[in-house]
Amino acid sequence: MAARILEMVDIRKQFGHIIALSGVSFDVQAGECHCLLGDNGAGKSTLIKTMSGVHVPSQGEIRVGGQAAHFTTPRDAMAAGIATVYQDLAMIPLMSVARNFWMGREPQKGIWPFRRFDLETADAITMQEMRHMGINLREPSQAVGTLSGGERQTVAIARAVYFGAKVLILDEPTSALGVRQTANVLTTIDYVRKKGIGVVFITHNVRHALAVGDRFTVLNRGKTLGTADRGHISAEELQNLMAGGQELAQLEASLGGTV
Amino acid sequence: MANVQTNEAPRPTLPKDERVKELHRLHKALIRPELGATCGTIAVFVFFMVLAGGTQMFALEGVMNWSTVSAQFVVLAVGVCLLMIAGEFDLSLGSMVGFSGMIFALLVMKLGIPVWAGILLTMMLCASLGMINGWLVIRTGLPSFIVTLAFLFILRGATIWSAITFNRQPVVSGVGEVAAGDPIAWLFGGEAFTGLFQWLGQQGIIATFTKGTRMGQPVVSGIPMLIIWAIVFVLVGQWVLTRTRFGNWIFAAGGDPEAARYVGVPVARVKILMFMVAALCAAFLGIEQVIEFGSAASDRGIMKEFEAIICVVIGGALLTGGYGSVVGAALGAIIFGVVQQGLFFTNVESSLFRVFLGSILLAAVLANTYVRRMITGEK
Ligand SMILES: Nc1ncnc2c1ncn2[C@@H]1O[C@H](COP(=O)(O)OP(=O)(O)O)[C@@H](O)[C@H]1O
Ligand SMILES: [Mg+2]
Repeated sequence: MAARILEMVDIRKQFGHIIALSGVSFDVQAGECHCLLGDNGAGKSTLIKTMSGVHVPSQGEIRVGGQAAHFTTPRDAMAAGIATVYQDLAMIPLMSVARNFWMGREPQKGIWPFRRFDLETADAITMQEMRHMGINLREPSQAVGTLSGGERQTVAIARAVYFGAKVLILDEPTSALGVRQTANVLTTIDYVRKKGIGVVFITHNVRHALAVGDRFTVLNRGKTLGTADRGHISAEELQNLMAGGQELAQLEASLGGTV
Repeated sequence: MANVQTNEAPRPTLPKDERVKELHRLHKALIRPELGATCGTIAVFVFFMVLAGGTQMFALEGVMNWSTVSAQFVVLAVGVCLLMIAGEFDLSLGSMVGFSGMIFALLVMKLGIPVWAGILLTMMLCASLGMINGWLVIRTGLPSFIVTLAFLFILRGATIWSAITFNRQPVVSGVGEVAAGDPIAWLFGGEAFTGLFQWLGQQGIIATFTKGTRMGQPVVSGIPMLIIWAIVFVLVGQWVLTRTRFGNWIFAAGGDPEAARYVGVPVARVKILMFMVAALCAAFLGIEQVIEFGSAASDRGIMKEFEAIICVVIGGALLTGGYGSVVGAALGAIIFGVVQQGLFFTNVESSLFRVFLGSILLAAVLANTYVRRMITGEK
């Protein structure tokens, strides 16, 4: 079994009286795609926000490479190789692909006071990395706004991979996308996984999860019933776990299996 | 940190989406921020060449006249442009022009502080006020529009109050004589290339006075330092904005502060610094005017904040931040200066200038909205 890069042990998180997570354990291995499923409000975002340093867990331990880690800011998590692509925060549409790609880590050249953004290097590497991801840009100065939603996600993923992410967390990357763009993002996930990066893929779409997932963890009202391996769980079972038991099965029966 | 992958087979390229149109060259030129301002500048020049061709407007003296007026707009517009691209406004800048001039004049005339020290102190005070503005906006999360509107009144009131209290009248004069021997005052009120203009006059290339005490001297004795400064401001501003890491952060801070913060851009620091830069531009203009005119007046700079915003918008910047150009803003300022002085040269009723302003602002905002849609693909 591959090495566990990131482990979340018995994580609890409370916001005032609201218990968002009540003892969730979760881990990510190198080169796998671990799907985190759950209905809206199940606590998926809260769990990955504790992984990425946005929230500090109320209880429980985070381990990176076997060592306990304490993330207090997203920067801490990023420094530990944990990168997160939030759907709505991925890119700035008015800025070019290259400027977005390098944002916050712009390569520089020249000596102060003439030190400047090395745009030639930035452009060349951006073009190359985007080609690796299967996107042929017209030019690196193309605005991100001209890209489709799936392509924007891909730029954000390429950026995380290029800057050395060991764990890549994708929060509902496909939920606002059409069929074709979803396929592109799933292909990208597969590509990233094959490079040895551990991918955490959050979704509430069972079919998207089954298309690329190696392992599946379902969250329901801040709890998890454990993790299933690929081939050991069916779409119906996942669907039922997400719905928290029998209601959906009954509903499904009355709808003739169309949910 | 960066792992460069060289020996790796690229993923097969996704099939091209045949519906994504290739952008036409012309279309691409259209979505540059400066395009509108460039066309506007050309139009304005053609218009006045035709209308005012027979006047002194395009003689050397006239050129210096509208260039100086444009330069005043440029200096402020550069600061406002950078601040607006970083996603904020500062409505207190016009009051800051009056305030800085008054503080400077009072320091020099009432406290007897040397001019150079007065300049330095005033600059530091105004930069701190810019910092307070920025800090309040960041800490309270209130729109900068409302926070700086408060300072529009606070600074104007403080200016008038300090003039009346310490000088018994709203104008402080006599700064010109005091500034005459100062080591750095000429940087603000002086002229450059005076030797060259002298020589050109002697060669008969440019007009000279034919009578009076200055007979034989060139009518235009040099290029006002303000014009030189305006050019420097634009070059430095444009370079920082488009060619440096910090410039990328300015765009990012205005484009989407959350996304920028998430990838490690110090958004608060960038925004506060831009408030300080804009305040310094206003202070620069305020001090320059006091040295040039020899006096500080408590009503100086009224409406300047709006005029600067108009210049910047004509220059292609979006009111929502994240997009714009310093060169564009400078062109907007030139349009402003040329039209204002051109109406004077052509003896057109000057109130029409405001009508023109309002119209061109509306046209520019509409054009910018269209450009934004083209870039972001919004409907
Ligand atoms: N910052 C917060 N403050 C208070 N409650 C929160 C906060 N974030 C999430 N919650 C609550 O925690 C629960 C889980 O939310 P979330 O993790 O966003 O679910 P999901 O991403 O699975 O849809 C919800 O009931 C939500 O209202
Ligand atoms: Mg969520």
